[in-house]
Amino acid sequence: MSEMISGVAAKVEEKLFQNRYLVDAGRPHIRVKPHNEPSASLLAMITLCPAGCYATTESGQVEVAADGCLECGTCRIVTKKTGEIEWNYPRGGFGVLYKFG
Amino acid sequence: MTDEKFDAIVVGAGPSGNAAAYTMAKAGLNVLQIERGEYSGSKNVQGAILYADALEKIIPDFRDDAPLERHIIEQRMWTMDDKSHTGMHYRSDDFNEEKPNRYTILRAQFDKWFSAKVREAGALLLCETTVTELVKDLKGNVIGVRTDRQGAPIMADVVVLAEGVNGLVGQRSGLREEVAPESVALAVKEMHFLPREVVEARFNLSGNEGVVIEAMGTITKGMTGTGFLYTNEESISVGIGCIVSDMAESKVTPNELLEAFKNHPSIKPLLADSECKEYAAHLIPEGGYNAIPRLYGDGWIVVGDAGQFVNAVHREGSNLAMTTGRVAAETIIALNRKREEMSASNLAEYAARLEQSFVMKDLKKYKGIPALLHGNKGNFFGTYPQLISQAMQTWFRVDGVDKKSKEKAIMRNFRETRSLRGMVGDAFKLVRAWR
Repeated sequence: MSEMISGVAAKVEEKLFQNRYLVDAGRPHIRVKPHNEPSASLLAMITLCPAGCYATTESGQVEVAADGCLECGTCRIVTKKTGEIEWNYPRGGFGVLYKFG
Repeated sequence: MTDEKFDAIVVGAGPSGNAAAYTMAKAGLNVLQIERGEYSGSKNVQGAILYADALEKIIPDFRDDAPLERHIIEQRMWTMDDKSHTGMHYRSDDFNEEKPNRYTILRAQFDKWFSAKVREAGALLLCETTVTELVKDLKGNVIGVRTDRQGAPIMADVVVLAEGVNGLVGQRSGLREEVAPESVALAVKEMHFLPREVVEARFNLSGNEGVVIEAMGTITKGMTGTGFLYTNEESISVGIGCIVSDMAESKVTPNELLEAFKNHPSIKPLLADSECKEYAAHLIPEGGYNAIPRLYGDGWIVVGDAGQFVNAVHREGSNLAMTTGRVAAETIIALNRKREEMSASNLAEYAARLEQSFVMKDLKKYKGIPALLHGNKGNFFGTYPQLISQAMQTWFRVDGVDKKSKEKAIMRNFRETRSLRGMVGDAFKLVRAWR
């Protein structure tokens, strides 16, 4: 499996380069609220986010870099109960712009 | 413009919103449609298959100029294990008809076309504008919307919420609950480009004929979900989706699932030498009938994915979206003509009309399926696909073992792996949920 997925363009970061985005610089549409210990739901986003926007910091918190966000809303739904994420649409016109959809 | 009061505001310009806005504008209503994307389609993702019947009821001559990819003449249903697929294929020349029944489409192009029709019909479209909240009067009736643009709220007799599965307005305004991770699937999809001759040779097609592959089995690694591969004119849409709560528990990333599916020996040759030009992700409502939220209230009505209108068993969604959009519009038009209020009791006609249509009849028919599959995912998405593959291989491999012994070995494998009681129970539950 690991061998299989290490092929050309198999990495999410490389795939996101194919996409068109209009990034609203300095106005991320997703924020992780300050926390000490991330919940299991928030931690799950590190593997669950299809754009790989979530990562852990050295001190064990979860952070988000939403520039490559595909606006699916999975993180919003998964962390709804814990309230650890603030999720808004990018401002009108910004964010991912699907060429084919 | 903000001084003007509209007959209706439609939030969102996907299939349901466009169907609603078109139908109302065509009937002469003063319609404002608001879309957060750069254009209709820029935020929308689908497999995608267009069901002609639902669109014909809105735009009968859509085939004249709609951007259609291929009409589907062949359906392949695959049960897969790690190395094989067992298929049920149906191909018929009857599908090469004057007015084909299903087409593959690219949503960004198709939605743009639909949106142009909406504007031609007379609706006003405001793009790059996000509706932030609903405006209510003192009695709690919805009377308009606020957007992320400066200015006063925009008022209307009724607001049609066509905001999609990830719609925020309805939830934030307390009109419906948040979607549960158990009743929604996360799908990832890629667009792979190939010369059209290659697509045709590879899939045994001529002209604009197309093929659809729907697949289930160990490709979802024990999770509830399906994979798909659709032929477009000069590209292939390939994707896979699983229920979000299943994926949250697993440590597999959506991208790894998709890569494994693309590299499956039955899929890989179909994609060979293609160029991937887009990677997309989208949620699909899969909760069925039991997940449908409240659909209308004083001054508002919900259509499409926001109302969970997807028939997950048959992979139908865009037709339910267009149909609910059209029926909501027809309900509103009738009230508008009679100069009646857009009150909850009057808009209840929308739900009554849906009950009489295939939309609610189909969703009701399969209302037990989501829970059944979810509760037995290990069997339906792991054990059975493996057993089927092993049985097929035993049956087709010629190795000097007599056929009677092969039959016995196959039956023994099923009994020992899943037990007779387990199989009878699964069959019973499946039949009961299917009726």
